[in-house]
Amino acid sequence: MKTFRNRRTMLYIPGNNPAMIQQGGIYGADSILLDLEDAVALNQKDAARTLVRNMIRVTDFYDAEVCVRINHLSTPFGLADLEEIVPLQPSALRYPKTESAEEVAELLAIIEKIEDKHHLPHDRMTLHAMIETAMGVQNVFSIASKFSRIDAITIGGQDLTADMNIVYTADGAGIDFARKRIVMAAKASHIDVIDTVFPDVNDEEGLRKETEYAKRIGFTGKAVINPRQIDVVHDVFSPTEEEIRKAYRIVKEFRTNSKAGIGVFAIDGKMVDAPIVARAEYLLRLANVIIE
Amino acid sequence: MKPITPAQSGTFESSDVIVLIEPMPKNSGRKIEISSTVMQQFGASFQQIVSDMLDQYDMTDIHLIAKDKGALEPTIKARLETAIKRSLGQQEGTL
Repeated sequence: MKTFRNRRTMLYIPGNNPAMIQQGGIYGADSILLDLEDAVALNQKDAARTLVRNMIRVTDFYDAEVCVRINHLSTPFGLADLEEIVPLQPSALRYPKTESAEEVAELLAIIEKIEDKHHLPHDRMTLHAMIETAMGVQNVFSIASKFSRIDAITIGGQDLTADMNIVYTADGAGIDFARKRIVMAAKASHIDVIDTVFPDVNDEEGLRKETEYAKRIGFTGKAVINPRQIDVVHDVFSPTEEEIRKAYRIVKEFRTNSKAGIGVFAIDGKMVDAPIVARAEYLLRLANVIIE
Repeated sequence: MKPITPAQSGTFESSDVIVLIEPMPKNSGRKIEISSTVMQQFGASFQQIVSDMLDQYDMTDIHLIAKDKGALEPTIKARLETAIKRSLGQQEGTL
């Protein structure tokens, strides 16, 4: 279930907007997120669900991973979303306001029941848990670590600050603890971790700064709300040519040295050991570089 | 089946279609009005999609108006399905 996939960007697309859905694949985002939740007005939930169902069947999203954010099961829309979307088996479902492992277990039981009804396997479509309440932050490790179908967790900054009764600020101060706790839970569970959206689409410098910070503390990608944000986020999360060359050299020399029974060696006077090699291998996977 | 309430779905945005349904008196059959920015190229196909969808739900005594802004087939079908289900009281939405 935990196969490697580049998820530098996840582009939110409102589920009731046919023009945006049909164009969703052309912008080059790593993931397309068709949203049935916050981007859809309450009196249009049924329309969006039917539209997304029909569009997923026929739309070419090119190489992008296709995810659908459904409504929470506590709403009148969550179960109907599952019944329409699960049979289509998008790459992943994103579940909002995930607060506990028990809640995920209940969700997965419903998903698997629908899959059984349609003779579908239980290991094709993955689940992304969205952490956007204080309770979710507190329980994030058990959510991230207990289920093989969860291959990414994400933080929802706006809802989290609302739940905390604080104002969402550009410096991210209010969600900094949550960001780091969520990152650590993802790392301990060996799954992806996606940062929240940057809401000001006109502030490219602010987006770059926030994305660089997210990368520094361990996020593997960032949600975007406008195609204009994709290039900046890709630029930050993609390794540079110099980094790729260096990583290639490390892995190549590691393999040569391993054959000779040498575990630790030096490149340009700097020690290279297992963690450095692991980091170099990760970077090469990000860059789609394969060493024969 | 017969619509029990007026219903609407879709928008006037590009690549979308707005569908309006209203109930008609008993034994009125179907009254369908379609306008589209691509009527000349795809009008016949649009008519067929509407007829097929109304047949699928066995709809009668219905007045359906569709104003199209270049919607693709999956969008047209989605908007028709939503409007029909809303008119039958199976789903809640606008109107």
